Amino acid sequence: MKQIFLITLCLLSFGLSQAKDAAPLVDDPVTEQRLINISEEMRCLVCQNESLAGSRSDLANDLREQIRILIKEGKTDEQIRSFMVERYGDFVLYRPPVKPITWLLWIGPFIILLIGIAGLFIFLRRRNAAANYIALSEEDNQRLDTLLNSNRQEKKGMQ
Amino acid sequence: MKAKFLIPLILFVILVIFLAIGLNRDPHEVPSPLINKPAPAFDIPQLAQPNQTFNPASMKGKVWILNVWASWCVACREEHPVLVELAKSQIAPVIGLDYKDRREDAMAMLAKQGNPYTLSAFDGNGRVGIDYGVYGVPETYVIDQAGIIRFKHIGPLTIDLLNQKIYPLIRELQKS
Repeated sequence: MKQIFLITLCLLSFGLSQAKDAAPLVDDPVTEQRLINISEEMRCLVCQNESLAGSRSDLANDLREQIRILIKEGKTDEQIRSFMVERYGDFVLYRPPVKPITWLLWIGPFIILLIGIAGLFIFLRRRNAAANYIALSEEDNQRLDTLLNSNRQEKKGMQ
Repeated sequence: MKAKFLIPLILFVILVIFLAIGLNRDPHEVPSPLINKPAPAFDIPQLAQPNQTFNPASMKGKVWILNVWASWCVACREEHPVLVELAKSQIAPVIGLDYKDRREDAMAMLAKQGNPYTLSAFDGNGRVGIDYGVYGVPETYVIDQAGIIRFKHIGPLTIDLLNQKIYPLIRELQKS
């Protein structure tokens, strides 16, 4: 009785493990590696914070399959990227290309940095200038000299 | 001198304006690179008559609308009455692209809710959808006489959108 129960359980669990759709077979590890390299650099359009490599959405599956086909057709990585960009726009790329419309994006932070440095420079120059221009009058100079001299004599006397 | 203290406040206000604009934009509306480009070619079986194919080249000389839909797509069901309105206006032929669907489900939906399409092409594996950069059904394209995509909308159409954008655009295109 117990044996029959175990056998049925085994058969049932076998059935369960078969129920899930099999993932596409990794028939060619080189292709799969290239697929991963390319799709990790791409955004899944359905779930925008996931990469195409990591997403389980239906469209991501289809697009990975499409990239696999393109790899097998002997397309270069660059050709595959432009295949995707032609259809979905630069938005699929995690690294936006450098072109006139993205210049501000690429150079903007450096421009802000330069403005900051210039601002700091001007501020420091002004502060230094303000500190330097306290001119002493003749009278002040004489008082300063006597004070300094008396201080020196005092020190001598102490020795 | 006093104006100096206002600078941080002004910068803050500018920042708030930028953030407010950013928050109110829909990140799912990605501008399509296909605008003003020729509609990708395809030749696939029709939904109702599997032995006949549909090829966009056959629409040359006409302004037409391509609507990507599926029976499994909830937003498409919401959009359906608007499409029926659009078809009733007879302003331009509406061609459906049944995306990643099952024939019998799609036919059942059209039988139940009415069929606004002149015909539907059946894109069972979604390959044509990839060429059109489809990533969220429903999507709608307006294609001109020369086969150039002039407009794309992602998400369900609304009556307002028809009146404010699509009808004027089609009339404009038909004049040329």
